[in-house]
Amino acid sequence: MRINPRLIDKLVSRTLSMQAYFTVGILVIIVFIIFVKGISNCGLSFMLTYPEDMGRHGGIFPAIIGTLFLVALSILFATPLGIGTAIYLTEYTKESRFTSIIRFGVESLAGIPSIIYGLFGFIFFVIKLGMGWSLLAGAFTMTIMILPTIIRTSEEAIKAVPKNLRIVSHSLGATKWETTVKVVLPSAAPGILTGIMLSIGRAVGETAAVIFTMGSSLRLPTSLMDSGRTMAVHFYILAREGISMEKAYATALVLVVSILAINILAYYTMNKVTSKYS
Amino acid sequence: MMLDCALKTEKLNLYYGAFHGLKDVDFCVYRNAITALIGPSGCGKSTLLRCFNRMNDLIDDVKVTGSIFVNDRPIDSIDIIELRKNIGMVFQRPNPFPFSVQDNLLYGLRVHGIPKRQHAEIVERCLKSVDLWDDLKDKRHTSAMNLSEEMKQRLCIARLLTVEPQIILLDEPCSALDPIATLRIEELMIELKKDYTILIVTHNMQQAARVSDHTGFMLLGDLIEFGDTSKIFTAPSDNRTDGYITGRFG
Repeated sequence: MRINPRLIDKLVSRTLSMQAYFTVGILVIIVFIIFVKGISNCGLSFMLTYPEDMGRHGGIFPAIIGTLFLVALSILFATPLGIGTAIYLTEYTKESRFTSIIRFGVESLAGIPSIIYGLFGFIFFVIKLGMGWSLLAGAFTMTIMILPTIIRTSEEAIKAVPKNLRIVSHSLGATKWETTVKVVLPSAAPGILTGIMLSIGRAVGETAAVIFTMGSSLRLPTSLMDSGRTMAVHFYILAREGISMEKAYATALVLVVSILAINILAYYTMNKVTSKYS
Repeated sequence: MMLDCALKTEKLNLYYGAFHGLKDVDFCVYRNAITALIGPSGCGKSTLLRCFNRMNDLIDDVKVTGSIFVNDRPIDSIDIIELRKNIGMVFQRPNPFPFSVQDNLLYGLRVHGIPKRQHAEIVERCLKSVDLWDDLKDKRHTSAMNLSEEMKQRLCIARLLTVEPQIILLDEPCSALDPIATLRIEELMIELKKDYTILIVTHNMQQAARVSDHTGFMLLGDLIEFGDTSKIFTAPSDNRTDGYITGRFG
C-alpha cells in the first residue's frame, strides 16, 4: 500500500519544525536556568567589586577585566595574522600542493582539543619562553587556538567576492594590493566579522587552555605579565571546588549575557554594513 | 588624409595554451572615432579588445607575439598602471563596486592619488557626461547596487571617465540592457566620441551599424575584413563578411 504523499509531506514538515523548536528550546532552558539561579546574586555591585575569600563573597571585577584583556589581546594578535593568511591563500597564490598543505594544517589546528593548546602553551610560552602564568602567555595560546576560525571564515568571505570586481579594479589601474585593500576586504568584511565574533565567543568561553597558560590568580591583572582569571575559569573553579554555587551561577549569568550581547552587537553591525553596500 | 591610429596591432598572435586565439591580426583604432568589432561568439573579438589594456595578463597561460602600439608607443614600454588609466574599459555586465555611488566614482581618483579638493568637481563632471547628474546628485551616498541596470552601466562609464582616459574599450556594453536603454547608451557613445577614442565589441550588428565609423569583422581568430562601417555593411569585399551580416551564419 502506498502512503499518501501529502500525509508524508505534513509529517516531515511537523518533524522538521519540532527539531528546530527543540534546538531553540534547549538554548532557552539553559539561559532560563542560569538566569533563575544567578539573578539573585548578580547585580552591578557583583560586577564591580573584588572577590573575597576565594570568591565565596564579593564580586568578579578582576575576572571581567581578565576576560576583556584576554579576548582583546588574542583578537588583536589573531585578526591580522588570520586575515593575512587568508589573503595570501586566496589572492596571492595559486592552488597548489603547497596551499593544500597549509589548508590541511589549518584544518588540523581547528580540530585539536583545547586542553592540548593549553598544554602546549604551558610548555612553550609559560616555561620555555619564561613568561610564567600571564595574560600574554594566555593571549598567545588563545591566538593560536582561534586562528583557524578566523582564517577559514575570512578565506570563505574573500572567495565569495565576485571575481569581476577584482578585474574592474585592475582595469581602472589599481594594483593587486590596492584591489585587495579597497575592494576585496570591504566586500568581505561581513564574513570576516562573523569569524571574529565566533572567535570572541570561543575565547570568552574557554577554560582549559586558559588555566594552563594564564593561571587563575584572583588579583586584578595590571600588566601583560600578570596572571589572571577569566569569568569562565572563575566559574569552573567556584563550581569544581564547591566554593559557592550561587556565585558560580551569578558569574555564568554575566558570561552568558555578555556572549549574547556580543552576538547581538555583531548581528547589528553586520546588518548595518551589508545594508549600506548591497 | 591619413587618419592616425590611437591603437594599432601588427601581426598580433595570441595563444591560450595550445589554442590559437588571434591570428596575425593587423588592426587599427582611429582617434576620436568609434570602431566596432563584430563576429560570432568565440571569434576573438573580446580577446583582441583585452589586449589593449593588457587584461589578458590576468589569465594564466596566455602568450602574445607581434606588436601592439598605443599612441604609436609599443605597449610594453608603457607602465601598466599608466596604460590602464589611459585606456578605460566597460564590461558586459554592469559591475559597480558594492559601495555607494560616490565611493564608486572616487575609487579611481583614490587609487591614482588625485588631490581631494578636485574630487567634487570631477564627480560632478563625470556624472554629467553620462547624464546621471540630475538623477543621482542627491543619491550619491546610496548604494550603487540599487540602481537600474542601465544606470549601473552609466555609472561604470562615469567611473572610468574620472581617471581621464583617452581611449575607452567597451566589451558588449549593452548585452545586459533592454532595447531602450541600449539606444540611450548608444547615444552616449556618440556623445563621448567627441572627446574619446572608442573601441566597441558587439554581438549586435545593428548596433555596430548605428554607432560606429569603422568596423572589423572577425572569424575564428582572423580579422577578415576591416574598413568604413558603411562599406562593410553595404559592400563587403569578403564572402564571409557578407554571409555574417546577412545572417547566413552567426
